[in-house]
Amino acid sequence: MSAMDPTEVFRQEASELFEVLEGALLDLGQRPDDRELVDSAFRALHTIKGSGAMFGFDKVASFTHEFETAFDRVRKGEIKPTQELISVALAAKDYIRALIEDPQSTDDIIGEAILDDLRRFVSADQPAAPAAAIAEAPPAESKQAGWHLYLEFESHILRNGSNPLDLLEDLCKLGPCFVVPVTDGIPFLDEMEPEDCYLKWDVKLHAACDKDAIDDVFMFVQDEMKLTLLPLAQVEAPAPAPLFQLLDEEPAPMAEMVAPVVEVAAAPVAEQPVAKAEPKSEARPEPKAEAKREERGIATVRVQAERLDELMDRVGELVIAQARLSQLAASGSDLSIKMIAEEIERLASSLRDTTMGARMVPIGSLFGRFRRLVHDLSRDLSKPVEFVTSGEDTELDKTMIECLADPLVHLIRNAIDHGIEDTATRAANGKTEQGRIELAAVHSGAQVLVTVKDNGGGLNTARIRAKAEEQGLIAAGAVLSDHEIHQFLFHPGFSTAQTISALSGRGVGMDVVKRTIENMRGSIDLSTRPGQGTTVTLRLPLTLAIIEGLLIRVGEGRYIIPLSAVEECVELTAEDERSRGRNFLNVRGNLVPFLRLRELLTASGAPDKHQKTIIISTGETRVGLVADQIIGNHQTVIKSLSKLHSDVTIFSGATILGDGTAALILDVAQLVTLAQSKVEKQHISEAA
Amino acid sequence: MNEGLAGEHQTGAMQVVMIGLGEEKFALDAGLVREIIDPVPVTKVAGARAFVPSVINVRGNVIPLADLRIRFGMPQLDNSADTRIVVIELDLDGEPVLVGVTADKVYEVTEISQTDVQQTPRVGMHWKPEFIRFIAKWREEFVIVPNMERILN
Repeated sequence: MSAMDPTEVFRQEASELFEVLEGALLDLGQRPDDRELVDSAFRALHTIKGSGAMFGFDKVASFTHEFETAFDRVRKGEIKPTQELISVALAAKDYIRALIEDPQSTDDIIGEAILDDLRRFVSADQPAAPAAAIAEAPPAESKQAGWHLYLEFESHILRNGSNPLDLLEDLCKLGPCFVVPVTDGIPFLDEMEPEDCYLKWDVKLHAACDKDAIDDVFMFVQDEMKLTLLPLAQVEAPAPAPLFQLLDEEPAPMAEMVAPVVEVAAAPVAEQPVAKAEPKSEARPEPKAEAKREERGIATVRVQAERLDELMDRVGELVIAQARLSQLAASGSDLSIKMIAEEIERLASSLRDTTMGARMVPIGSLFGRFRRLVHDLSRDLSKPVEFVTSGEDTELDKTMIECLADPLVHLIRNAIDHGIEDTATRAANGKTEQGRIELAAVHSGAQVLVTVKDNGGGLNTARIRAKAEEQGLIAAGAVLSDHEIHQFLFHPGFSTAQTISALSGRGVGMDVVKRTIENMRGSIDLSTRPGQGTTVTLRLPLTLAIIEGLLIRVGEGRYIIPLSAVEECVELTAEDERSRGRNFLNVRGNLVPFLRLRELLTASGAPDKHQKTIIISTGETRVGLVADQIIGNHQTVIKSLSKLHSDVTIFSGATILGDGTAALILDVAQLVTLAQSKVEKQHISEAA
Repeated sequence: MNEGLAGEHQTGAMQVVMIGLGEEKFALDAGLVREIIDPVPVTKVAGARAFVPSVINVRGNVIPLADLRIRFGMPQLDNSADTRIVVIELDLDGEPVLVGVTADKVYEVTEISQTDVQQTPRVGMHWKPEFIRFIAKWREEFVIVPNMERILN
């Protein structure tokens, strides 16, 4: 890595940025009002400029700077990005790319021509937006006195890791600054959120700098703040009127403020030159947040994901070795070895927890991405949709979060496109005009449930059935439960845009969603109520690597049941044992059905005299699993089964026991589904 | 099958591991073989297809144990002193997969030269022809070069 050519790094980075830029420009052609696109294009440009200069691509830097300057008026919303402008911008982008990738073949004349075009478009439109132009200072004036800034950040800015004080310090580097915190937004103490930013700032910058330089300071937070920028008048000139309206307080004469001394203005808090002031004393309302942020800054280390994976592998091997040691120690009589084995067991288990903790990421980082998706879809399809998320702090393994993104995009898109009805239909059905999509994550035992819930029309079971019959997936008139019919939605290529999805069903790419979830050892459930909506539930295992398991014996084979699914263990009484027709247990007055693992796992060897029942819960269902013996707890390092066994669904993986043999991990949810489908089929055949 | 054959003709000799299954001798492409180990305790996988009935632990990895004898309709013998597990790496649907293969005996690593290679006869075989890449001659005996990808898919 270290031998890598730095310019190569820049080229790679730039090519990513070009993709962003191009995407944004193209999208801008479709949605000229989208500020976010302009901003992302601008950010990409800005980074290209900065890194270009850093790596000695001076031509790139200077051209991009010109491009940026021309494009700036689009960013300020003064001119609309027309199709013509965008095609010139795209040509400019291609030129920059050529400058980076093959500088020899480029010609400065081409670059100049593109810039001329750009400037022409930009200036040609100038008279068209006179109102906006007034707000902007004539550049000549700005060179003389400076700027008056009014900064208002969104209250959550501190939580995003931005520090307004750092920005103010950056601003101070441009020239002498006088900063007045505006405190009128601060609520009473009992209403105050310690992590919110209530302060606003009024800044006078006495420097003949470019407006761009100021914009650059706030580049990365501009979406989360209101920046009002006015040219500071000449020292003698009276202050422009709009300023005081903005400040919402008694104006102090401009001349007074310009004097380079700290003085008390009309504002309730003294003006302080930020660069010299102790930053903490100024940020009185949010000292906690500040301290926390700083602490985090020290404690956070970026680690390559592969290193974490490697660490996890090593911990897995350690846990297996430790299990063998414990077994050996238990069979021997040496007390000191037993003590060491216990010590190592304790250490290994805490090391395992720590390592797994390091890989956990709150799912909220993922949820944030979907706001945009919902917003865009809602607008494109003209279906007003309210998007509600909950359980953002639910933690999941990092790799799973990444794998979840695509399936969730799919489900949300489906929910809006096919789930939520159009406004007219909703009104006709007496529903609120605005649809609602809920995205929630919650812990449930060993699993994390992620649900996408809409309050749309629900699945059209009859239509799905008709489609399945048409495609020859089922015979006409076959007896199927609704649940089974819905499973066809996961059939590859089941639904296409012009058929079912355009009407009411869903299923475009649902097979991909299902496969992705199953690859994570998860499962997907659909539940729907006609006219009331559909809920898709993704059940995901908490971790991908190590679980606590209960080791049991069935016949001669040993199996692991995830401990988190286990509720209790009871002995199967002789009475329960005898009754073959009725597979129910009486657990403190509750009926619990049970499955005989010996039958399901085709066990060999004589059954134990005293059969044990392990009561497990999966989703809403409680089921007893009858085994020959319960051996005990086992730290289970999950090893996935190979492709050759992918047809066996009742095992979610395998592990290695203390004596070195492999044991299979039972997938309790699949076991129950298997048993249920057997029973259902039995009932259906009896009914028929 | 014939493509593989042509390839071997060009490169000339082919390195193989000679194993015995029942009465027959099979030659496994030595390029596939990762290691040969003594029998280890096997774990039965309920519901799995008959030719991959179990899994084993090989150096901390749980890998499937395939039984070629079932694919070739041979009786399963009990483990003897000669029984070994040959661990091979196969490419199944673009993914490398480690598979253990039970061998009643492992003879040696040897070379089959191009002149020893014989076309698979159309008649006189009671095995599925797609399981066999070709038949070669080795020490006056006919040995089968199996098509492991086909057998295990």
